[in-house]
Order: sequence, then C-alpha cells, then structure tokens
Amino acid sequence: MDPTSPDTTRDLFADLVAAIAAGRDRAAFVKLFEHFAPRVKSYLMRLGCQAAEADELAQESLLAVWQKAATFDRRQSAVSTWLFTIARNKRIDAIRRARRPELDPEDPALVPATPEQADQILQAAQSARQLHTAIAGLPEDQRELLVLAFFQEKSHSDIAVATGLPLGTVKSRIRLAMQRLRAVIEER
Amino acid sequence: MVAAAIPQFRPGGQPAHHLSEELLLAYATGGLSEAVALVAAAHLTLCPSCRAELARAQAIGGALVEATPPVAMQAGALDRLLARLDQPAPPAEERLTAGSRDRDIPGPLRAYLPADAENLPWRKVIAGLYEYKLDLPGHQGMASLLRIIPGKAMPQHTHRGHEMTLVLRGDFDDKTGHYGAGDLALTDDTVDHQPVAGAHADCIALAVTDAPLKLTGTFGRLLNPFIRF
Ligand SMILES: [Zn+2]
Repeated sequence: MDPTSPDTTRDLFADLVAAIAAGRDRAAFVKLFEHFAPRVKSYLMRLGCQAAEADELAQESLLAVWQKAATFDRRQSAVSTWLFTIARNKRIDAIRRARRPELDPEDPALVPATPEQADQILQAAQSARQLHTAIAGLPEDQRELLVLAFFQEKSHSDIAVATGLPLGTVKSRIRLAMQRLRAVIEER
Repeated sequence: MVAAAIPQFRPGGQPAHHLSEELLLAYATGGLSEAVALVAAAHLTLCPSCRAELARAQAIGGALVEATPPVAMQAGALDRLLARLDQPAPPAEERLTAGSRDRDIPGPLRAYLPADAENLPWRKVIAGLYEYKLDLPGHQGMASLLRIIPGKAMPQHTHRGHEMTLVLRGDFDDKTGHYGAGDLALTDDTVDHQPVAGAHADCIALAVTDAPLKLTGTFGRLLNPFIRF
C-alpha cells in the first residue's frame, strides 16, 4: 500500500512509527527515511540552511524518530506534523545557544481544554491528508505567501518588502489561505 | 471618578486576550526570539484556545513539509544513519529543575526563576512596583517579572517597539481593557497607556518588550534615568 495515497484517511506513516516502537523495525525506518528525509531537507533549505547542514539536520531528525518512536501519539499528531516540529527544534538548537521555551503538555500549570477544545485539537491532528490536498489546490499567490510565512520565518512586513506587495494585501492573502485550510480542518 | 470595572469571570478560567495570528504562526515555525517565545509558550500553557490554534498551524506546517518538493539526500546518508541506530539514545532531555515550584506559573517561565514568586529577589522600581529581570542573554528590550501592589498605577509610557504583558496573578486595567490571569496584552508604539493593578491582590505579570520603554508622564520623565527599562 502506498502511504502517500491521498484517498486514505489513515496515517499509514503512523503505522511505520508504531512498528519501530514495537519491534525496532528497521525496514519501517527505511520507508520513513525515504519519504521524509528528502522533504525535511528541502524544508530546512527553505529555512536558509546550506545543503550539507540541511542533510545533517534531516538525518538527526529521522534519528530522533527512531529514538522517540515510543512517545509518538498518533491521535495527537500526524507523522508529518511531528517531523515538522522535530526538524524545527533541531534547527533552532543548531543556530542558537539560547534556551528554547516550549509548551509542555505535562505541565502542572496547564489550563485544561474543554471537551470541545480537545476535539478541535484532535481534528487538527487528523486532517493531515486533507490539508495536503487542499494546499495543492490553493491559488498560487496564496500558497506562495503561506510558504513564505511558514518556511522563511518572515514577518508579514518582511514579506511585504520582499514581494513588493502592500502589507494589507500580504496580511489578507495569508489570512485567506489560513481560513481555507482551517475550513478543511473543521470539515473533518 | 469611574467605578472600577467588574472583573469578567470566564468559563473555566480561560483567557480572553490572546496571541495574534502572526505570533502564533511564528511560534509554530520557530521564528520567535527566546524572550517572545517564552511569552508565547507561557500563554499557551494557560490558554487551550490558542493551543487548538497552534495544533492547526502545526498540522498545516506538517502538510507543507509533506507538499514540499523533495531534495535528494547525500549518497550514503541512509547507511550512515542505519549504522547509528544501535547506538544508545542520549538520555532524555533534562527537565530544567528550576527553583520555582509555583504550580500556577507556566513551566516554560518557571525554568527562568530561581525561587517561588514570593521569594524572588525583587528590586523596587518605585513604591509599589517591583521587578525581577530574567536572565536572557542578548535580549535587547525588557524581559522581567513585574509585581504591582493592589490599586497601583504603573508609570505612563509608550513603546518604541512592541510590549507583551502576560498576567500570571491578579489583574490590571488600562484603557485597552481588563486583563486577568492568562490574558496577554499586546501594545505597540501607537499606545500610550497606564496600567492600573486590580484592587484585591498583587498583580504579577511577565513583561517583554523588543525595544526599551519610553516613559511619557511627568512621573515618567522624572523616573526615566532610574528605571532602566
Ligand atoms: Zn490564547
């Protein structure tokens, strides 16, 4: 079965992570590596990493998947989302020595979500496949701005300067793209 | 004299003033400075509504990574990595064992505090206003815990950049609204404001600016040389 097949709602990558957690399954790891390492590398290069460093950090990210497979909770996130946050953290740690303040789901100070909010979080976690399809269907100008906002860590005003678009246009296009994707998440 | 606003009690004690969409997105992508990320992570701890927003932003981030055109890995990368799989994993990241055990202070912030809020080495700024500066090397603006006694007004001020104030205990009012525990007040250089602490308890807030504050009131001009905001 092709884990990238868009017509399935089950995150088959999560099955591969489960196989690693259950039995140190190296074949499952190879499949994850082959799909995700080149994408994580591409993402890191878009963030401004040189090719060699991006390669290194993509390897470290996949190694973290192997080491932390048992902590992955498929109800709380898609594998792509998990890798997105792992790679993001690897990069922050590589470029700055500062501490990285981070939300801790086990924090005793955590204000609990209402059942409705907990549902919203699960909905987001389970919409990876639909989001992928929706992103492919966004108008080019919206997708490009979304990618800039996400991958190049630029503020809306930086994007306005870089693209020559008025700030208001940048803000409204990003908001439109986000609304469209949110609708996809909430339809689930 | 206007009667003090009645604090609005919210269902489940959840915040009413939130991270902006732009800040939330930047937190999701790792684009915030340490000081601003600290405010964001602390608010997220106290705000399930922003956590749901974050889950959406991260799902979109994951889908964008998924949709990005792959770039081939270096030859031999997989083999080198496979050779490392049997090495023992590094010990789990140490939890920062901070001195603060306050259960109502968000964990990301507790990591910066050497003691409980009661026992911090507070520095008196003016009568009724105390400050504890966080250790954030390289941060240009202010990054402090502020403690304001009940009913005390802060010096009137504007900002050269942005100010983020996250209420941890107590509450305050300014002309932009009422802020209780978990609420995040975001102001910029267009706002000249004078927060006043609520009447019933000390207000403790995390305040971060990305540029030094500019004091504007008479009081402020007098104090300016002494407050190294
Ligand atoms: Zn919020």
